[in-house]
Formats: sequence, structure tokens, C-alpha cells
Amino acid sequence: MRLLTHNMLSSNIKGVEKGFPLRIEAEKVVEKPVEMNADFLKKMFEKVEWKAFVEASRSMGYSNLPEEVDPAMLESDEFLSRFHHALLELHLEEGALVCPETGRRFPVNKGIPNMLLHEDEV
Amino acid sequence: MWFLCVFYHRLLDYRKPEVESLAHLFGAFQDQQNGDVPSQLQWKLPLHHHSDSPFHFVNLPSEQVARSIANRSILVKGMYELWGEGSSYEELKDSVLSYPDERKLPYLEAGSTFKITVDSFGKVMSLDEQKELIQGLSYIPFKGQVKLKNPDHNFWLIEIDNYGGNNGLPPIIQRRIFFGREVGGADRKLIPTYQLKSRTYLGPTAMDAEMAFLMANQALAASGKLVYDPFTGTGSILVGAAHFGAMTMGADIDIRVVRDGRGPNCNVWSNFKQYGLPMPVGLLRADNNRPPWRSGLKEIFDAIICDPPYGVRAGGRKSGGRKLLKGAVEPYVVPDDKRTDHIPSTAPYSLVECVHDLLDLAAKMLVMQGRLVFFYPVLRDDDCAETHFPDHPCFKLISSSEQILSSRYSRVLLTMVKVGAYTEEIALAARLKHLEFRENHVKWLQDGNLHSAVFSPIDSQLPEAGDSKFIKDPKPKYRGKYV
Ligand SMILES: C[S@@+](CC[C@H](N)C(=O)[O-])C[C@H]1O[C@@H](n2cnc3c(N)ncnc32)[C@H](O)[C@@H]1O
Repeated sequence: MRLLTHNMLSSNIKGVEKGFPLRIEAEKVVEKPVEMNADFLKKMFEKVEWKAFVEASRSMGYSNLPEEVDPAMLESDEFLSRFHHALLELHLEEGALVCPETGRRFPVNKGIPNMLLHEDEV
Repeated sequence: MWFLCVFYHRLLDYRKPEVESLAHLFGAFQDQQNGDVPSQLQWKLPLHHHSDSPFHFVNLPSEQVARSIANRSILVKGMYELWGEGSSYEELKDSVLSYPDERKLPYLEAGSTFKITVDSFGKVMSLDEQKELIQGLSYIPFKGQVKLKNPDHNFWLIEIDNYGGNNGLPPIIQRRIFFGREVGGADRKLIPTYQLKSRTYLGPTAMDAEMAFLMANQALAASGKLVYDPFTGTGSILVGAAHFGAMTMGADIDIRVVRDGRGPNCNVWSNFKQYGLPMPVGLLRADNNRPPWRSGLKEIFDAIICDPPYGVRAGGRKSGGRKLLKGAVEPYVVPDDKRTDHIPSTAPYSLVECVHDLLDLAAKMLVMQGRLVFFYPVLRDDDCAETHFPDHPCFKLISSSEQILSSRYSRVLLTMVKVGAYTEEIALAARLKHLEFRENHVKWLQDGNLHSAVFSPIDSQLPEAGDSKFIKDPKPKYRGKYV
């Protein structure tokens, strides 16, 4: 699971009000190089919840993202490549995503987050 | 600028929508500002041809656009600048001679290389006959060198005859001869390269390569775009989109299918690796009835393409057991020590509800002008009743292409464009509907059963030879799958 996916997911258990962001429990993180696509990054920049993204990247062991951002930064190659690395090159292979409200763990195995809810959660 | 567009004689309903979609992708409508109404191309038919003919004329803004469309298409055999046509070789000659020299001479120059190919539809021509026809073109002042491999210019002499429609072509075409310069044509090598036979990880409902590419074209998949399949299975639809450079993301309710596959080198990831394609940017296990997206997130996907789980072939499931959704039992509380490995029970997912969820997801998550491309099953005996396709206030249906699966069932590929924003009212209506579905789950299930056999394996439904139902078949046999 890459941080792009993490930034989109939430714990949608019945009754949970604030299921985002899911806390990352990282057991195994791998890096895989991906070709950079600036247009794609610019579009995703508008969608990403930055605070959650910075926090998530930190829990994956990457702390080179600025706390505060503005769109002007997209002009900087240095910024783009960091954003790219954190968004698409860091993978959570094994671990879990934890609901901030209930503590329910959504396991991540072989890079796939299991977001299916239990019977008593829908 | 008009071009002769010759199609492969397959999937007839899919041909024009593919060209229309690619015309959008390559900017053919850039100068037209029609507001929300998607623009359409102008089409014409050659003399005596009917709309199922492989031959069409299409008006495109430039040769560059025509080439881009043809080269990316799956169903365009060739796009040609027409130099002349006629019902006889005499008429053809007059027609070519009267085509303006300034259009012809640049392609006939000394120092260039060229090739003439004779293509006949409806009859087999010997090499000698072909040679004779080529020699008959001596009235065209070719100054270049003949070169059979990769010439600068490819010319085509295409003859089509009236031959009663007994080998798969529509019956009423009359003899017509075309001469033209090739502008581009489909790369059909893609299909053997990607054919399912060579795919390492296959499932019973994997989408065949040709259709996956057609879906990706309908979705305008391209570099820099994000394409999502909520019923991704083995990922075969996303493979098509990834081939055209899109970033892909997929979800499936079945953890074995989406995560485990058949081992470390035989799973959804390996289906991309096999072709040197970039991996999906995300794969997850999720129920499209209870999407896992955070509430503020919207307008992130450029396209959603899928083959939803209709009926028995790969029956849909959704979270919550059957009895539970009926409200008959209290939810089973999973003991804490069992939680991690617990496999939640799932309830059958009806057609109506599945489509409702899909449209709601797409209305929220697609960018404006984004496309939703999905299959919808229809019963073919429904001929009297106009087929009613799903609709939604945020979407405009721009094409519906039928593929006949058996004498009774078809599936229709629907392409919808998002033309309206996902408003609070629409969101609220969708939430109410979601609850209503839970109430009426069993009733819906029964209604949904109408279509339940549609996606059972194609072969088992092919009629036996001489099956009387098949002879009464109201639709012509050369369509769709029977081509
Ligand atoms: C017709 S198959 C699509 C197959 C896919 N195109 C492929 O290439 O393998 C439908 C898929 O939807 C999945 N499915 C069924 N119900 C679902 C649900 N409620 N949410 C998400 N996926 C579901 C099934 O597990 C199955 O893999």
C-alpha cells in the first residue's frame, strides 16, 4: 500500500464519526522506484490531506516533507521529487491501519489493505 | 477533412463509439465549445452501404488526429485519405484523375518509397489478379521506388463486392472500389501479445484483451490519469488502461483473488509485471457497497471501468450476512481473539443495488467530464420493450454497445460522462436509497434474478446447431460475437 491509497482511506465502521486518518503500524516498508509524472503529481497535490500525509510518511520512516505547503512549491523539482517519493515509492508491505476512533486494526498483508468490515460494523 | 475509415468486421456496435472517444482524447473537439453536451463526429456511408458495413467516411480536423485515432484504436483496420472511388475500375480512374494534383503529387515524388496493397472483401483474389489491378493504376504518376517493408507511403486498392452476406458481412453491400493513401491503422499485434491464454493469473471472469482495450479507449485512459476498477478481480481491465499509460487502482471483495492469487508470481501484480507495465498504484480489499473512502474525498478518478458482479457467473457479495441484512438476527459479534483472521460473511448483491452503488461512487469520485465505463446485462427477448439503461443526474450516457453472448443474453458496454457535480441533494438521495436497499434486500434480490444467468460462462449457453430458438433469432447473426 502506497501513501496515495492511505490518504484516501478511512475507517467507515458504523457509528464512527472521524475514521480518518488511519494510523499506520508499519512492520515492513519497502521502496520501489517509480517513474515520475509531474502532471499526475500536480493533480494529486490538490486532493491530498497534507497533514495526514506528512504524519503517514513519518510513520513509514520518511521525514523529508515540509509541514506546511502551498501550490507554488509545485514549481520546485526538489519538492516534486520528495512528494513523488512519499506518495508513490514507499510501500507498506506488512502492517496495519488503525481506526483513530475505535482502535480497530485493518490488516495490510502483501501490500493489500483489507478494508472489509465485519458483520457487526456495517 | 473526410477520411475513409475501414473497420475490422467485429463488435459492430463498438466501432464508432471507439473512434468518437479517441477523437475526444486527441482533441478533435477542441475548437467546439458546446458546454456540457459531448460533441459528436460527422459520419457518412459509401453509396449503397448500410450502417453495419465495414466502410464509413468520417470527418476529422486533421490527418494528425486521424492517424492518432487509427493507431490507438482496436477496431479501425485502416484510416485512408481517399483519392478516388467508383462502382467500376473506369469510374475509379475518373475519380482518381479528378482528385486534386496538389493532394497527390507530394506522395508520388521521386526519392520516396511506396507500396500498393490490394485488399478484397467478399472474394479471394489471386496474386496475378492483384498484379493486374496494380498495373491498371498506371494512370497515377508514381515516381518513387516500390518498397514492401516500411515504405514512406502506403496505398490501398480496396474492392468490396456484393456476395449475399453469407460469410459474415451485411448482405446489401454492392460492388465498390476505393483507392487511397493510408494514414494509420490499428496495432492488432496488441491482442495476441495480451491474449488471456498467455496471462499468468487468470480467473473465470477475466476480461479478454480486446474488450479490455476497448474499455480503456472508451475511458480515455492516458498518461497522468487515474483509473479505478471497484471489481478488479484479476485486474485484466486495468491491464488495458495501464498499457495506455494510465495509473490504475483496483478493489475487490474477495481477498483470495486480489491479494493471494496463486502464489508470489501468479497474482494481480504479476499480470502487470508480465507485460512490463507499471504496477497498480493501489490494490485493496473492499466492498463497493461500503466503500472505504474518506468522507471529504471526491473527484479524484479520471475514469472508472469495470465488469460488475452480476448474476451467477461471479455473483456479487457484500458485507453483512444474508439473515443479518434482512434484520432477522442480531449481528454476530466477532470475539476479539478471532478478529484478525475472521472472514466476514457476505450477502448476495443484487443487480439494481450493485448499479446504484456504482453510479453513486462514480458520481462522487469522478472528476467532471470523467468517464464511467461498465457492462450491463440485457435479456434479448426483451425486444418489444425499449431497453432501459441506468441513469443518474450527474451522468450523460454517450454510448451503448451491445455484444451478443447467446441467443438470449447480451451485455452492453455503457459509457457515461460526468456532466453534473455531486451535490448535497444527490448525496442524500443516495444515502436514503442505500438504506431502502437494506430494507428491501430480499425483494430486490428477486427482481435482480431476472438477469442472473447473464454472466454464466458463454460457451455453455451457445445453442446447439439447429436449435429452433436460434433460428428465430430476431437480430441478424453477423452481429457481435457471431462475426
Ligand atoms: C465479473 S468479475 C470481474 C472480473 C475482473 N474484470 C477480472 O478481470 O478478473 C466481478 C468481481 O467483483 C467482485 N465482487 C463481487 N461483489 C463485490 C462487492 N460487493 N464489492 C467489490 N467487489 C465485488 C468479485 O469477487 C469478482 O472478482
